[in-house]
Amino acid sequence: MKLSGAEILVRCLQEEGIDTIFGYPGGAALHIYDAIYHQKQIRHVLTRHEQGATHAADGYARATGKPGVVVVTSGPGVTNTVTGIATAYMDSIPLVVLSAQVPKQLIGDDAFQEVDAVGITRPCVKHNILVKDIDQVALAIKKAFHIASTGRPGPVLIDIPKDITAEKTEFFYPESITMRSYAPRDKGHPKQIRRALDLLLSAKRPIIYFGGGIIQANAHQELIELVRMLGYPCTSTLMGLGGYPATDQQFLGMLGMHGTYESNMAMHECDVLLALGARFDDRVTAEVSKFSPYAKIIHVDIDPSSIGKNVAVDVPIVGHVKTVIQEIIKGIKQRGDKPEANDLATWWKQIDAWREKDSLSYDRASDQIKPQFVVEKLCEITGGDAFVTSDVGQHQMFTAQHYLFDKPRRWINSGGLGTMGFGLPAAIGVQLAHPDSTVACVTGEASIMMCIQELSTCRQFDLPLNLICLNNRYMGMVRQWQEFFYDSRYSHSYMDALPDFVSLAESFGHVGIRIEKPGDVEGALLQAIQDRSQLYFLDFIVDQSENVYPMIAAGGGHNEMYLSPGTGDIPEERELA
Amino acid sequence: MKHIISILMENEPGALSRVAGLFSARGYNIESLSVAPTEDETLSRLTLVTSGADSVIEQITKQLNKLVDVVRLMDLTEGSHIERELMLVKVQAVGESREEVKRIVDIFRGRILDVGQAQYIIEMTGTSEKLNAFISALGITEIIEVVRSGVSGVARGDRSLRV
Repeated sequence: MKLSGAEILVRCLQEEGIDTIFGYPGGAALHIYDAIYHQKQIRHVLTRHEQGATHAADGYARATGKPGVVVVTSGPGVTNTVTGIATAYMDSIPLVVLSAQVPKQLIGDDAFQEVDAVGITRPCVKHNILVKDIDQVALAIKKAFHIASTGRPGPVLIDIPKDITAEKTEFFYPESITMRSYAPRDKGHPKQIRRALDLLLSAKRPIIYFGGGIIQANAHQELIELVRMLGYPCTSTLMGLGGYPATDQQFLGMLGMHGTYESNMAMHECDVLLALGARFDDRVTAEVSKFSPYAKIIHVDIDPSSIGKNVAVDVPIVGHVKTVIQEIIKGIKQRGDKPEANDLATWWKQIDAWREKDSLSYDRASDQIKPQFVVEKLCEITGGDAFVTSDVGQHQMFTAQHYLFDKPRRWINSGGLGTMGFGLPAAIGVQLAHPDSTVACVTGEASIMMCIQELSTCRQFDLPLNLICLNNRYMGMVRQWQEFFYDSRYSHSYMDALPDFVSLAESFGHVGIRIEKPGDVEGALLQAIQDRSQLYFLDFIVDQSENVYPMIAAGGGHNEMYLSPGTGDIPEERELA
Repeated sequence: MKHIISILMENEPGALSRVAGLFSARGYNIESLSVAPTEDETLSRLTLVTSGADSVIEQITKQLNKLVDVVRLMDLTEGSHIERELMLVKVQAVGESREEVKRIVDIFRGRILDVGQAQYIIEMTGTSEKLNAFISALGITEIIEVVRSGVSGVARGDRSLRV
């Protein structure tokens, strides 16, 4: 039986086992939306803006490991997805974006709602295809899912002209696909793995540094086995949190610009560094010329271009991080060697001494609500087991530091691109993927305004999200930098004329509560989290002057941190970053 | 150092702009770039000349390999290879210089393709260095137009770039 391009598109999604898609209709997408109307298998989630659809699909993908799917119309429909696509690209999230295009014969004519979708998205997709023939629709979509979800995952955009969605052809969907130009490597090179074992087993001051690759590759079990087997300390990037249990003694906390004192000091002093599924981002390495000066570096990554890009490595291993860790574990077992116990004990003694700095401490006696306190309480009340999304800024760092993620895929934030506005729509995707789980979005009063319209989507789909707004009446991270490096000239970092978030939430059909005293924090959180029937917007009026510590300023190495006033010495003079 | 990178890629629309976009987005140099289909019409062969430190060239080849349309690539300058570039030059050819230009063309083993009232069109093939030298030697007359194809290259001996 012949199917139209639009029907083929929907059938392809069904064949891929997709149950939820996110999108927004429009002229060029009308045939597609009609095909969606005629079926029941796939649930379409109408967001209020295409950026929201893309972040929601992204959140869905991060929380499930399955590719997120977005359907949008041409022109502004697709330009509105660009921030979402770039967000997914920077964090290597599998996303398939299906954009409608003006009819083939109008392409290039500056037609109504025409934009060069493949051109405009090219720098921020893993791949994209403009379909020019009805017989290519199914193959293009098959390729999109294959490319998006294998190797280093990423977003793929398929642009389909409207006339093709109306034409008909026989439907054939290939089971699998091989491409001569695309074959990601799975296993690590045996020789490099042997070299890695030599280094690992002879280390005196080792550290394992892991990133989002552990989450993406579902390699957390393997990581836990490796770390426990070796007895080595480990530290995580922002994206890797949850890849190893945060409450475990061998975990030193996050590293990098706002990492803990012990993890950054251990990175600086280590003699062997094993990097797993992490890409030596500038927020992680701090000043590259001062990075881990005594370390031999082993780097495991699925993407060859990540290796040696920012930091020179001694042992490069290209491969799927799950497979490579399995190979390393097997190698250690075969050799039967154990790390030198005395050296390791000395190293741990040093690390424990660093730990005593308690670098994440804050003023618990304050009569104002401290943002860290809210996150700590949230963690306590949810048992560290909630799905937590965030926006970007101080609240994001406080959450990364104080919410102790023991499981993967619980911490969902825009790390690479740093997209304000990500948190709320991402939480929509997460809640739809896990309807019975507690989902919180930790946000700020600046970030939340960037995709606030999605509160309407939450109402339509009855999503009982918990929005935890740490409201400091500033773009907190911008303000912090201005305080440190611009003599407190707070240029346009204040939030004047804020809405009354309580009545705003109510106007969307949700519950809003303003919390102004530390004593009320726990009660409000409990009420919101226990009530599974409604969305709560908790507007916490927090200390305006709180800063994120520790902090490594531009040019600083891992051993050059500003610590919070409570814990010790902040350099008197701050250099302009 | 100058590197000549040869790439076999899927002959798909947009393939060239992926390569060009990669270079501009990541701040790499392109000195020249030439592209055309091969004997297999599903494949294009692209040759680009770039320069940079070894670490930059390593990133360039890795990033190019990462493009989904790139099937295979080779840095020709890593081994023995042949490189050629085609150049067409239109020069002013009047008076004394008319004879002199002819002599220089002969010395460089070029050809005069077209003889106009007051112009020659010269064809010259060789390495980029030879073409540069020829342009310098033409200092005696006015150059009206220079058209260069960009470098094409192929590895000598057993090394070859094919699917």
